[in-house]
Amino acid sequence: MTIFFAILFSVSTLVFVAGLAMKVAQYARTPAPLKIPTTPAPLTKGGVALRLGREALLFESLFRGNKLLWLFAMIFHLGLAVVLIRHARYFETQVGPLVALVQPLAIPAGLAMVAGLALLLARRFLIPRVRYVTGPSDILMLVLLLGIGISGMAMKCLVHTDIVAVKAFFTGLTSLELRPLPGDPLLGLHLLLVCLLMIVFPFSKLLHAPGLFFSPTRNQTDNPREVRHLAPWAAKLEEKG
Amino acid sequence: MAAAPFDIPILGDPAEHPIPALKPDAMAASKPYLAAEAHQQPLGFPGELTEGWEKRAVEHMGSLVSKYRSLQVYMDICVKCGACTDKCHYFLGTHDPKNMPVARADLFRSVYRRYFTPAGKMAPGLVGARDMTKDVLDEWFNYFHQCSQCRRCSVFCPYGIDTAEISMAARDIMDSIGQGQKYCNEIIGKVHKIGNNLGLPAPALIDTLEGLEEDMLDETGVAVKMPIDVEGAEVLLVTPSADFFAEPHVLGLMGYAKVFHAAGVSWTLSTKASEAGNFGMFIGNYDQMKKISMRIREAARELGVKRIIFGECGHAWRVAYSFLNTLAGPWDFLDPRYPVPQHILEFTNDLITRKGIKLDKSGNDGMVLTVHDSCNVARGARMGDKPGGQFTIPRAVIQASVPKFVDMHPDTICDKTFCCGGGGGLLTDELIELRVKGASPRMEALKDVVDKEGVTHMAAMCAICKAQFTKILPYYDFDREMVVSVHQLVSNAIVLGDND
Ligand code: SF4
Ligand code: SF4
Ligand code: SF4
Repeated sequence: MTIFFAILFSVSTLVFVAGLAMKVAQYARTPAPLKIPTTPAPLTKGGVALRLGREALLFESLFRGNKLLWLFAMIFHLGLAVVLIRHARYFETQVGPLVALVQPLAIPAGLAMVAGLALLLARRFLIPRVRYVTGPSDILMLVLLLGIGISGMAMKCLVHTDIVAVKAFFTGLTSLELRPLPGDPLLGLHLLLVCLLMIVFPFSKLLHAPGLFFSPTRNQTDNPREVRHLAPWAAKLEEKG
Repeated sequence: MAAAPFDIPILGDPAEHPIPALKPDAMAASKPYLAAEAHQQPLGFPGELTEGWEKRAVEHMGSLVSKYRSLQVYMDICVKCGACTDKCHYFLGTHDPKNMPVARADLFRSVYRRYFTPAGKMAPGLVGARDMTKDVLDEWFNYFHQCSQCRRCSVFCPYGIDTAEISMAARDIMDSIGQGQKYCNEIIGKVHKIGNNLGLPAPALIDTLEGLEEDMLDETGVAVKMPIDVEGAEVLLVTPSADFFAEPHVLGLMGYAKVFHAAGVSWTLSTKASEAGNFGMFIGNYDQMKKISMRIREAARELGVKRIIFGECGHAWRVAYSFLNTLAGPWDFLDPRYPVPQHILEFTNDLITRKGIKLDKSGNDGMVLTVHDSCNVARGARMGDKPGGQFTIPRAVIQASVPKFVDMHPDTICDKTFCCGGGGGLLTDELIELRVKGASPRMEALKDVVDKEGVTHMAAMCAICKAQFTKILPYYDFDREMVVSVHQLVSNAIVLGDND
């Protein structure tokens, strides 16, 4: 089990990092030939940074669009954020101040994450419009995340696993040293699902996380009259014509 | 109003905006006329579908995805959250689930996934990926012509996914394989051949303008001019050709002329650039959009003007404000003190604030106004130098011209405005059911202020909006003359003193 997970974890991390880097590079490389910010849009780069910040942290547009969904999404994402920060302690030998800060929130955050996911899943069945646009992959994605959340919470609250050993395994992994992983089935399931998530991330709608920052309707400054905006392929067209 | 062969939506309270239940395939039969070879070829598109079109469509999709970041990103990142599902006026009016923005985009996305993503290649069923088939193409033709590219969905999407970008791409792909739309392509052909969307030849245009000068002289006793092709004029005015043709558009044109007259600014129209509209945007074709824009550059050069001002037209202003510098710039030969281009409302508003013109509200006595924020202006193109100027400036001009102004329900104005229902290349008779139903959210908000505030007129700043409203208002038991140009109000109120 130790060797299996050591390999799986390394491979899925590689897929995750490389896949994501490729996608981000593709987004960065693809030109936006026309200015299409949804107005009213900021006139300066600083304004755009604020707009993106509000979108990323507060889900501003979603708030305007659908308050209930905003609430569910917030519950899930905030829970997830805390849980992710907390997991840093399995990788660093010294526990950082941020990790220490969120430490007492561990259980509420985990619960929030699972509850948020359950609510998001429920609305996929209960609201006909949402059911109409939901595909099998949308359900599976939520189930996968729920599986990760529930197995994690179970280890935290019900069947405790030897987290000292888990930490040793991961810190060992980062320094290329094989240390034994507890042979706990719940831990096995949790890690398996996490690996799966990392592998599908760069090929799925989870790309919405980096994608937001590349969305031209949100990340462009509103200055087309002042600055001539020309994509490389459009410039070539001009040379020809 | 003669009975329509379809149900007219019942108007409720815009504050409640209940979300309709889904009626699958309610609009499955709605589609525009297919472009014939004669409409396709002048634009360089194939005349009809021929063997192997599927492959060419997919190739063209690949090329667009690599050229447009919007398309590439929007194909990947939609989470199917559904926040956009109740935002499209066509869904609200027709209840057809394929008119929910995400469902519309998925018609395209399903094909993208099949050919361009590992998941779609390996497990198409899992991620809803589909082969490019005739059925899919037919669905595209129907439903990408039920999108007015108004971008309301983009406002509420957590990632700003803009379905207009997707419907433009879909139309471009369809054109490229010979499945074009007659209305748009025929009109673009007219622009290239004659110079404007209506196909008004230069002599007819000059005649019309002379007639209008006489009308204004009779009405005001002042010789307000409608100059055309005047070399050395300060301003080139580019306006939608509808302004030369029908009410209320033409009343707005007279308003522009009076403002120029009262301000003492020399101006001219151009027979070459006798159209502000640019249907190249509707069909999502960069080359066409550029070609149409270049007429304006040529006209400005030939006439030696110093500034360019656009008349009231929604999508035209989007192309002008957001794209013209890209498509036909740089504009370094014009007077650098003015933005290029300017909107006539910016020009008029500036004069009002500087007291360069005088307005007498009694010219519009008895009128209670509201305003329809044309969506291409509201969400696509600013006016003035502050964000949201496209909301404040038209309101300021209207308020300076009329005794009473009220806004419609806040969920239906400014950047949340509902499209008139006829934009994006859909202003054609065979789509009348779609147009009437798609107008229902706007009509609902209008009826609300008519009932509660005694609104008598609705101003619009877009030629398509004006034409659409003139046509569909009667279906909702309103008078067709209820829609007015903003500059028609200015025209009624302006005090034409002696300028000498
Ligand atoms: S709001 Fe945006 S992310 Fe959500 S379903 Fe619509 S397009 Fe997709
Ligand atoms: S752009 Fe407008 S018409 Fe098109 S899907 Fe979005 S809301 Fe509907
Ligand atoms: S016609 Fe008017 S409201 Fe409709 S799409 Fe154009 S600008 Fe928007």
